[in-house]
Amino acid sequence: MDMSFTPEQIAFRQEVREWIQSAMPKDLRAKADVDGNFDNAEVMQWHKVLAKKGWVAPHWPEQFGGPGWDATKRFIFSEEIELSGAPALSPFGLAMVGPLIMQFGSDWQKERFLPKILAGEEVWCQGYSEPNAGSDLASLATSATQDGDHYILNGQKTWTTYAQYADWIFVLARTNPDVKKQAGISFFLVDMKSDGVTAKPFLTTGNTPAFCETWFENVRVPAKQLVGEPNMGWTYAKALLGHERTLVAAVGISTRAILRIKRIAAETSEAGRSLLDHPGFRAKIARLEMKLESLRMANYRALASAQLGHAPGPEASILKLRGTEIQQECFDLMMEVMGENSLAWFNEPGVIPPRQQWVASTFNYVRAASIYAGSNEIQKNIIAKLILGLPTK
Amino acid sequence: MNFDLTEDQQLLVKTVQKFCKTESPVERVRKMRDVERGWTPETWAKIGELGWLMVAFPEDAGGLGGSMVDAGLILEQLGKSLVPEPYIASVALGGMAIAKAGSPEQIEQFLAPMLAGETSLALAYSESGARFNPHCIATKAEKTADGYSITGDKTFVLNGHAADRLVVAARTSGEVGDEKGIGLFIVDPAASGVTVQRVTCMDSQNVANIRFEGAKVSGGQVLGEPDGAGPLLDYLVDCGAAATCAEGAGAMQAALAMTREYLVEREQFGTKIGTFQALQHRCVDMFVETELAKGTALMAMIKLDDPDPNERRRAVSAAKWQLAKGGGYVGRQATQLHGGIGVTDEHDIGLYFKRLHILGTLFGDEEYHVRRYMNLPGFVSNVA
Ligand SMILES: Cc1cc2nc3c(=O)[nH]c(=O)nc-3n(C[C@H](O)[C@H](O)[C@H](O)COP(=O)(O)OP(=O)(O)OC[C@H]3O[C@@H](n4cnc5c(N)ncnc54)[C@H](O)[C@@H]3O)c2cc1C
Repeated sequence: MDMSFTPEQIAFRQEVREWIQSAMPKDLRAKADVDGNFDNAEVMQWHKVLAKKGWVAPHWPEQFGGPGWDATKRFIFSEEIELSGAPALSPFGLAMVGPLIMQFGSDWQKERFLPKILAGEEVWCQGYSEPNAGSDLASLATSATQDGDHYILNGQKTWTTYAQYADWIFVLARTNPDVKKQAGISFFLVDMKSDGVTAKPFLTTGNTPAFCETWFENVRVPAKQLVGEPNMGWTYAKALLGHERTLVAAVGISTRAILRIKRIAAETSEAGRSLLDHPGFRAKIARLEMKLESLRMANYRALASAQLGHAPGPEASILKLRGTEIQQECFDLMMEVMGENSLAWFNEPGVIPPRQQWVASTFNYVRAASIYAGSNEIQKNIIAKLILGLPTK
Repeated sequence: MNFDLTEDQQLLVKTVQKFCKTESPVERVRKMRDVERGWTPETWAKIGELGWLMVAFPEDAGGLGGSMVDAGLILEQLGKSLVPEPYIASVALGGMAIAKAGSPEQIEQFLAPMLAGETSLALAYSESGARFNPHCIATKAEKTADGYSITGDKTFVLNGHAADRLVVAARTSGEVGDEKGIGLFIVDPAASGVTVQRVTCMDSQNVANIRFEGAKVSGGQVLGEPDGAGPLLDYLVDCGAAATCAEGAGAMQAALAMTREYLVEREQFGTKIGTFQALQHRCVDMFVETELAKGTALMAMIKLDDPDPNERRRAVSAAKWQLAKGGGYVGRQATQLHGGIGVTDEHDIGLYFKRLHILGTLFGDEEYHVRRYMNLPGFVSNVA
């Protein structure tokens, strides 16, 4: 057994760290330093910096413009990115539809879409969930009927993250209503500028415009924008879920969050003493950090297994489950450390310290982490069924 | 023992419920978020007309001779629909300060109009770095020829942005942290030397940071002994804490009811999600926390006027702990069980999540009350 990184991997980590420091534009740097929130324009600005360096899609094969890193290098890279406080890139193009097109798409689709995803010239969003198809995604009702060399799309999607900024949306729609639910779904690439597409943004509990309701009203989609075979959309979407399983734990994000808790504790005092020096609060932070260390190790085990080429197993559910719990606990503790400052909500600068400005918003929004990407209840169902082999009704 | 409500109390609860339904259902909070004040003088006046601002005060202070237990019954109902009017700040804090320590003239001038719903009050005590300890007061009140001059900064003063009068805690002698040497002063926020900065909060119930720069108060504005208000201040903050417990118990009940309703309505996988046992048990845990919080809120109110202040502190801290822990749990699980809709601003459940965090934090969070509790005399004295 070996728990260490190789000298080459350690040098790579150093290189990444230094590059991020030098490459991040000043205004983004200033925000990252106080853990500010980034808007869509800033996210895309950072996307383009990474694209120029050739590092925007670490997990893409070299033939499509990826850097050709192995699983460990990809992990190190994402950890360093998360640790830096840099804007988190939109996953919909880079991590979702891009790899799906590579695996199942036509040559035309690869040429048409992949370069623009890479360059950040086209932004994507994900049209899966519907008002009545959330955890039970397979019962989605959006329909696509063939009309010559087009499909006509009708239906409503919801929770479509950042659809208001997106150029394209990938959509799961029903092409055959007469078979088992999962067997009649196809995967479409739809231009958001098509006639009949409307996206209406609404606010999250964190007061950010993070998602939309998206309607399709007789939207004509060229048949060449159906990915792979008709009625195979469910299989493709499921295949995607196994991708980059070591990243779902968000260990880097939580490591950064714990640093943020310590920094806030250091700038918060009780009767003249910093909370960081207070044994009670220190112990609370320590508990959370130890919890994160266990997760980090679980993540390393999954990583080593991926590096050896083993097929992804259901252990990804553990990472998602514990990873999101820790993310939420980080913000619970951050709010606690802030004390009365945690009551404040979007005031002008100066009312509370800059590093605390966004905490309350994220404290609200981070509740979503255990809801999206397969809710934690669904993850537990998967573990119960697939790992523990418990009987089902 | 008997925890049954009297007929009068039952009637009171019914009337408040009806009022909330017609005058201030939860949707109203959304509108109030966009209003600077966060509440309306019209609704406040109606609450005054109904006599609800009087229930907690003795008759010689212009009240109805009830107690904070009755105020708690009202608050519990207000909490169910998150009524934003400044009941806690005006009744449990500012009003109670004047009722307990005010002269007949002060009661007539400053308390009576509040009881009628014509004015609102606030207690300005908390300071940066005090971390909920009411005696960590650095704001100074210096003697002048005909009164005092107040200098210092107060933070997160509940209703401080809207109150007609502030009851300000300031130090006339001693060191930060001393119980002795604290005075309470009735201050007009419009007076010179007072700067009020509104701070918006997660819910609509805003607060203020208030700076005093040599603000002058006359002898007639001193509440009680100018250096002996420490114990009263401690009592007032406990009143505030007990009040948050009552309001919180109401908010928890409403969040639970909404979640239960959702589990009964929402279908996934061809069935009501309420049929999933994992969710049933979660909902049951929410119910248990809520029932416990209802009880401890009552306990806090009953013990507020216990002759032994440590009995009061024990009860209030235990109740506040239950609210912070149990209310936090209910808020989080209510969101989780609603799925994606639970993290949209449009849905009401998020308003409860926010308010429960605020109620859990005001007047001492969980950590503060655990520490206070474990340091009370009696906690270890029965060990040997
Ligand atoms: C912030 C955010 C961003 C999102 N972005 C996107 C996006 O870009 N594109 C997109 O398509 N979707 C997106 N989603 C949707 C997300 O995938 C769904 O919210 C998720 O699938 C849950 O569905 P639901 O919200 O309908 O909840 P429901 O499925 O109705 O679940 C309600 C509750 O029931 C529980 N539950 C459901 N089934 C079971 C079961 N069998 N056993 C036990 N418990 C169960 C759930 O865990 C949850 O607690 C986003 C969601 C959020 C919150």
